[in-house]
Amino acid sequence: MLEIIFFYLAATIALIATALAMTRANAIHALIYLIVSLLAVAVIFFLIGAPFAAALEVVIYAGAIMVLFVFVIMMLNLGKEGDARERQWMQPRIWAGPVLLSLVLFAELLYMIANIEGSLPHPAVTAKEVGLSLFGPYVLAVEIAAMLLLAGLVGSYHLGRRYLERGE
Amino acid sequence: MDGLNIPLNHILLLSSLLFCIGMLGLMIRRNIIFILMSLEVMLNAAALAFVAAGAYWGQPDGQVVFLLILSVAAAEVAVGLGLVLQVQRRFKSLDMDSANRMRG
Repeated sequence: MLEIIFFYLAATIALIATALAMTRANAIHALIYLIVSLLAVAVIFFLIGAPFAAALEVVIYAGAIMVLFVFVIMMLNLGKEGDARERQWMQPRIWAGPVLLSLVLFAELLYMIANIEGSLPHPAVTAKEVGLSLFGPYVLAVEIAAMLLLAGLVGSYHLGRRYLERGE
Repeated sequence: MDGLNIPLNHILLLSSLLFCIGMLGLMIRRNIIFILMSLEVMLNAAALAFVAAGAYWGQPDGQVVFLLILSVAAAEVAVGLGLVLQVQRRFKSLDMDSANRMRG
């Protein structure tokens, strides 16, 4: 019973924090709301029986990726005029189209989800099972992920190196 | 006992709501940093759906796909933030609309 309450609590926190993150003018404030949202999703992962995914969500998403964002925002040094410009970009009149499109997509998803029945079984999928699966049938996917990360590393080094060389 | 567990369609509902909020953010923002954050939210929502499906059938496959989504997100953010620095240096602005030409 308690985990049901925790689930709905975490889901509410995730939704509110994400909505706030998308509408803030200050990038750091948005980032902190986003971290709260990711932590709430990690709680949900834990509750639905995926402790390995929950740990990765905290360590990599809320830790590593968000720290990258923090570094870049600090390097850019936007300041007060950045906030003002951001507010000017978020005029109420540009909201109509995106809100309509998102609502249409959500209605379609709702229509497809509505017929799904069943609830999650209790036993958790442990990290051991995930590891056996990763290095058993999915070993090619691990290799591809490694290649992708290498490509990301080389690409970001290339882009960042030219930024540092020519200065400001 | 069945009534006490978390229903699958509520998790999928949460996932689709998060995805729609992310898409809304993607469309209303013009700052590249916020666009990257919205992409993160959308990837995370998709990952939530995968993990929920994996947990529903008691199989580790959902978490394996979550790991792949995680590495895609990490690589995408690393390259994307490099591009943010380049755009800021070249256009002195983070406005996505200033970078609308192939050879600006």
